[in-house]
Amino acid sequence: MSMPFYVSPEQLMKDKADYARKGIARGRSVVVLVYDKGIAFVAENPQSLRKISEIYDRIAFAAVGMYYEFENLRVAGIRYADLRGYSYDRSDVSARGLANAYAQTLGTVFTQEPKPYEIELVVAEVGETPERDQIYRLTYDGSVADQHGFVVMGGASAQAETSLRERWADGLTLGGALRLAVDTLAQDPNGGPARTLTAEQLEVAVLDRQRPRRTFRRIAGPLLEDLLNSESPVSDAPMVDDGRPGHHDVLTGGLPVPETPGTDQPPRADSDPGTGTRTEDL
Amino acid sequence: MSSDVSSAGRSGRLPQAFTVPGSASFSEFVGQVAPELLPARRPLPPGASLEAPHGTTIVALEFAGGVIMAGDRRSTMGNLIANRDMEKVFAADEYAVVGIAGTAGLAIELVKLYQVELEHYEKIEGTLMSVEGKANRLANMIRGQLGLAMQGLAVVPIFAGYDVSDGSGRIYSYDVTGGCYREHDHHSIGSGSLFARGSMKKLWRPGLDADAAVRVAVEGLYDAADDDSATGGPDLGRRIWPTVAVVDLEGVRFVSEQSLASVVEQVVADRQGNPGGNPVGQGGGAR
Repeated sequence: MSMPFYVSPEQLMKDKADYARKGIARGRSVVVLVYDKGIAFVAENPQSLRKISEIYDRIAFAAVGMYYEFENLRVAGIRYADLRGYSYDRSDVSARGLANAYAQTLGTVFTQEPKPYEIELVVAEVGETPERDQIYRLTYDGSVADQHGFVVMGGASAQAETSLRERWADGLTLGGALRLAVDTLAQDPNGGPARTLTAEQLEVAVLDRQRPRRTFRRIAGPLLEDLLNSESPVSDAPMVDDGRPGHHDVLTGGLPVPETPGTDQPPRADSDPGTGTRTEDL
Repeated sequence: MSSDVSSAGRSGRLPQAFTVPGSASFSEFVGQVAPELLPARRPLPPGASLEAPHGTTIVALEFAGGVIMAGDRRSTMGNLIANRDMEKVFAADEYAVVGIAGTAGLAIELVKLYQVELEHYEKIEGTLMSVEGKANRLANMIRGQLGLAMQGLAVVPIFAGYDVSDGSGRIYSYDVTGGCYREHDHHSIGSGSLFARGSMKKLWRPGLDADAAVRVAVEGLYDAADDDSATGGPDLGRRIWPTVAVVDLEGVRFVSEQSLASVVEQVVADRQGNPGGNPVGQGGGAR
């Protein structure tokens, strides 16, 4: 039997915070930044366990740290948003509400449970105009910060943040924003030469301001390579989804499918060409 | 709502139901945290029956490369027309549509829930649900409404989806107990379905292209409206056309008003003096 020793609350909180911070710093960073037509999310993450995810029409989520802990919160966020949207209206789901719910959860876990969550989150909502974009950064202890322009979390985020602050500007193109994010991620925190990150090592997604309804798209394949290449003329995500059949949340720059045999007619007008679905009438 | 979703739980922390891992079903989740939002969980006065608007005829047919679903726009309440421009065919997700017949209010609520169900799964799992999976989820939701159906508030949907794995359209029909049946070639539900089915039996043939299939669907609805007072016919005066959705490789799209207007006007013109649309008559009908 161990004897209960007195530990001052300051010490207790500090120990927990140090523990959480150490866990978070072990992982690789995620960069979230605003570009001219939306918000971009860039993570160095070659595996299929995702750090970036869609939450709702205009809201996305990015996280660093313990996978199972943030995956749990990601699912909770989707449930929260879908329930909100179902019982009120799709336009009533906001990033601020979700950020508050996350903050309460992180804060409660931090103070009441023996092990704090070793995670950091960003909840971002793309607005109709750049001024209405919202980016909230949440840390392990439940504190929330409303960020403007860009966020770096995880890994050696302090150096990365300094370099982003120098180089980030309003009105970057998507290509420019992604190159900036990749340069930031590739920096060596110990001052060594920067690494080279290829498209395959990255997980990239955007909330595209111009899209109707669901604005979240992942960017991969040839399109991502083109966007990362400063000599390529491609500097923006296409408005048209990939033509291949399947889940249309990934843009790879694949060409639209040629006319299906048997449908020898021009494509019919459609009330919502962006997603091909029309559900607003409900 | 009994529990305010934004601040449920005493500490303000998201309640356990939000963070419990495993389920990707929205309707199951709603059943746990806000059961009053599910139509099947609402208590009804025993033995009472009431008159509520009813939606009527929906047709669905396969064509080369996909499937088409069309519905008339009328909803009725007893002998009255409750609504003349109601939409009864909805996109369920990118590759599926659902049409409804029966108690309109409950049916629309069911469709709304079903749409969120599919999108919820897509977001949590990061992949599309299979066509059978979607058809079964819908069956599951109807099964929950059996009590309502026994009180005269039945909802009977029809589901059509495009199977991205084998490139074909599929039609599933349902009964009030939640039975789910794969239909081949074409199918129709609702009060005018007998007539629409008969019409499509004569006009449908394998390998129709999308345009011809739209015409067959419109003819089917015309024939249903001809003999069933609860099905709305072409309303040239108000320019109200049926809702027609096409599901193929490119996803779900709704046929535009202009192209529908020309199809409907053609059908009406071809039936002048030839009310059965007999193809031998004046070149109308099946073409």
